[in-house]
Amino acid sequence: MGILSRKATCNTHGQDSSYFLGWEEYEKNPYDEVKNPDGIIQTGLAENQLSFDLIESWLAKNPEAANFEREGQSIFRELALFQDYHGLPSFKNAMADFMSENRGNRVSFDPKKLVLTAGATSANETLMFCLADPGDAFLLPTPYYPGFDRDLKWRTGVEIVPIQCTSANGFRITKSALEEAYKQAQKLNLKVKGVLITNPSNPLGTTTTRTELNRLLDFVSRKNIHLISDEIYSGTVFTSTGFISVLEVLKEKKLENTDVSKRVHIVYSLSKDLGLPGFRVGVIYSNDDIVVAAATKMSSFGLISSQTQYLLSALLSDKNFTKNYLKENQIRLKNRHDKLVSGLEAVGIECLKSNAGLFCWVDMRHLLRSNTFEAEIELWKKIVYEVKLNISPGSSCHCNEPGWFRVCFANMSEETLKVALIRLKMFVDGPSSTTRSQSEHQRLKTLTKMKVSNWVLRLSFQDREPEER
Amino acid sequence: MKQLSTKVTSNAHGQDSSYFLGWEEYEKNPYDEIKNPNGIIQMGLAENQLCFDLIETWLAKNPDAAGLKKDGQSIFKELALFQDYHGLPEFKKALAEFMEEIRGNRVTFDPSKIVLAAGSTSANETLMFCLAEPGDAFLLPTPYYPGFDRDLKWRTGAEIVPIHCSSSNGFQITESALQQAYQQAQKLDLKVKGVLVTNPSNPLGTMLTRRELNLLVDFITSKNIHLISDEIYSGTVFGFEQFVSVMDVLKDKKLENSEVSKRVHVVYSLSKDLGLPGFRVGAIYSNDEMVVSAATKMSSFGLVSSQTQYLLSALLSDKKFTGTYLNENQKRLKIRQKQLVSGLEAAGVTCLKSNAGLFCWVDMRHLLDTNTFEAELELWKKIVYEVKLNISPGSSCHCTEPGWFRVCFANMSEETLDLAMKRLKEYVESTDSRRLISKSSHERIKSLRKRTVSNWVFRVSWTDRVPDER
Repeated sequence: MGILSRKATCNTHGQDSSYFLGWEEYEKNPYDEVKNPDGIIQTGLAENQLSFDLIESWLAKNPEAANFEREGQSIFRELALFQDYHGLPSFKNAMADFMSENRGNRVSFDPKKLVLTAGATSANETLMFCLADPGDAFLLPTPYYPGFDRDLKWRTGVEIVPIQCTSANGFRITKSALEEAYKQAQKLNLKVKGVLITNPSNPLGTTTTRTELNRLLDFVSRKNIHLISDEIYSGTVFTSTGFISVLEVLKEKKLENTDVSKRVHIVYSLSKDLGLPGFRVGVIYSNDDIVVAAATKMSSFGLISSQTQYLLSALLSDKNFTKNYLKENQIRLKNRHDKLVSGLEAVGIECLKSNAGLFCWVDMRHLLRSNTFEAEIELWKKIVYEVKLNISPGSSCHCNEPGWFRVCFANMSEETLKVALIRLKMFVDGPSSTTRSQSEHQRLKTLTKMKVSNWVLRLSFQDREPEER
Repeated sequence: MKQLSTKVTSNAHGQDSSYFLGWEEYEKNPYDEIKNPNGIIQMGLAENQLCFDLIETWLAKNPDAAGLKKDGQSIFKELALFQDYHGLPEFKKALAEFMEEIRGNRVTFDPSKIVLAAGSTSANETLMFCLAEPGDAFLLPTPYYPGFDRDLKWRTGAEIVPIHCSSSNGFQITESALQQAYQQAQKLDLKVKGVLVTNPSNPLGTMLTRRELNLLVDFITSKNIHLISDEIYSGTVFGFEQFVSVMDVLKDKKLENSEVSKRVHVVYSLSKDLGLPGFRVGAIYSNDEMVVSAATKMSSFGLVSSQTQYLLSALLSDKKFTGTYLNENQKRLKIRQKQLVSGLEAAGVTCLKSNAGLFCWVDMRHLLDTNTFEAELELWKKIVYEVKLNISPGSSCHCTEPGWFRVCFANMSEETLDLAMKRLKEYVESTDSRRLISKSSHERIKSLRKRTVSNWVFRVSWTDRVPDER
């Protein structure tokens, strides 16, 4: 008899994917400016380290929040005992307001429809437990966050069927791709329970367009299935317009109190916008009372520490702070994003045009030995072991075209980013490039030529804005 | 097409049990000394509110811990980013040592075998996911914590088959009860994957005897199954006898590096000993590397906030604090339990003799109209609505004998406990005179009262006599 469960002994946790393996390589030889300047630079971790100072100065000015005090009184006992899975009311209120603020107050969130969970990891799994039975499927557009293979499938028994997106149209979700995915699920004898998108997208860094959102709502309406919108990166959008939440589209289509609105669920977290992954703060938002009730009970398995709920309720209730933070965070992200993009351009590497996220979706197809995933992994290994940069290969994100990589920019200092770009330049320009086939070399030359023209153009038009999508 | 999952539309979360319903009644009309002196007194919540002052004093003397600082320097950034499911090393180390201290340092806990979880609720569910397939069963001695019906079964699909324990031997686990339960599982076509015990027991408040622990280890050895020992109440032992952990027994039987030791897993939490249920701190301890590895990955679904890990690593690393705390906590629990026990006796109600936990297992069989669960629920309703005490009926804990109730003592002030006992006494005395009692029940009560009087007489004669320990 199997002593342990299949879940414990199988590989469905997905931890053997290259995504995690690169991480492990980094752990063995991590870059440090002083102590290990030849180490591997971590550009595979989507963390936001750019705005801690803002939170730290707020904490210094508001010591009560971390100190279990409210208006000079200790509330330690209250918090120590507070394990109500309905969550700290002041925290849910502040969260609801913060989420509205993130959407320019174009939609409002009802705190009663919020369920708190220990991170979006817990939120997503809980939603699967609520919406799907083992063997059911959710459709996800590729490329997608590798962690979903574990979070959505492992303990729930749910399957993921990919909605194939390609670079031909900037990886946008098309109607035919949706239909194809649905048919594929049926072929595999899987009951489709819904679609899950990440908006803004990880790993693309792009916001879902209004067209796509309309398309998705029509699709889930017709098929009578759910739509989960993981909006964990909603606060990392660094263009002034650009983020459209599915809730806004519901509102525009006047679908707010309809059946389909009950099948639209939002997931959020403070891990990316506020850069607080360690605090384990996630949220499910749903218009379906039964989902809210069930998810609330399930949150017992991953409640947020009351100590943390209290600290963050104080932080997020301070509207001066939130307003300033969202604005400044945007500015810094854009800055850093632009540096990565131009640094890559300078070595003939393009990115998918993006306006959000903590990473760029980088096109290294021209550096592949062949248009295969084997070649992609070969290139990835070179970049990890020789160039000493940990980046995430597209295959780990289930991208169906080899040669794309996710490169993070918000989890290191400016200097470190510079070093990373210099290393990349050396790799691209260096002796190994002569071993490439002639056609690829030509391609590279043409690209470089294009870059020179861009430079010339840019010098002429200093404040010209890059094209927004 | 069915919109939501079966898990949602069924009632397997167990939230409709009376355990939770009494809670809801209390929420509608909660006792407050000043604002609502006629409200319901909450005696159904197993919280430890007796020693917060000790922690608050420590916090005041050690502001860095809550202030996210180390040696005066801010470590906010490190903590904000720390999401490693292996846990904060200094916290696991401090937790391992704390667990050792609770067991008199007779056994050691290796921090690398600890998996952190968001409370023991999460730890127990995770262990089920690791050890059992949907449809597999775990055997649990009754009565047991009502929350297990949700924690062990709901999302995992695992089943619970009860090991029936009865008052005839103080609800101890017997070999025949174990075998019976195993056979029952087979009759139901369920594969038994293990036994789960809570030691000290909730709701009994008693510690498992060495004999029971040996029995359990032998049983799981012969059946080649797991043993989970939920030792969440290990720090609430206030009797003269020491707490004997299953780890003690493994060591004594020289089974420490054997096959069977790999199938023994301990669950712990800071919710009861330290009174910190809001902070969500639980742990799994296992000698099986694969279990540790799988559970660690699963802990992603319920990690402990790094802010909290840091605070508690500082608190528990302070050995002066932990030594004083464990000592003082014991003392206060013992006093409060005594207060409850004597208060109940004054109302002609006895408890199962206990020396741990935050509650007593109270015998109200003589107050039942009939020896049935219907009568138990009737009595319970009277106690909630008329006496205005929220206590937990034994049926919600799957007890096989009607008439037992769990009554908590560590979640209220002394004065409130006094008032609760007064109310109960008044109720018992008034129903005695009002109720049409059958002769035998009446006789039973009379003899009980007589016994109580004798006890009083005894106690007055021998003031420092220690009651019989188990």
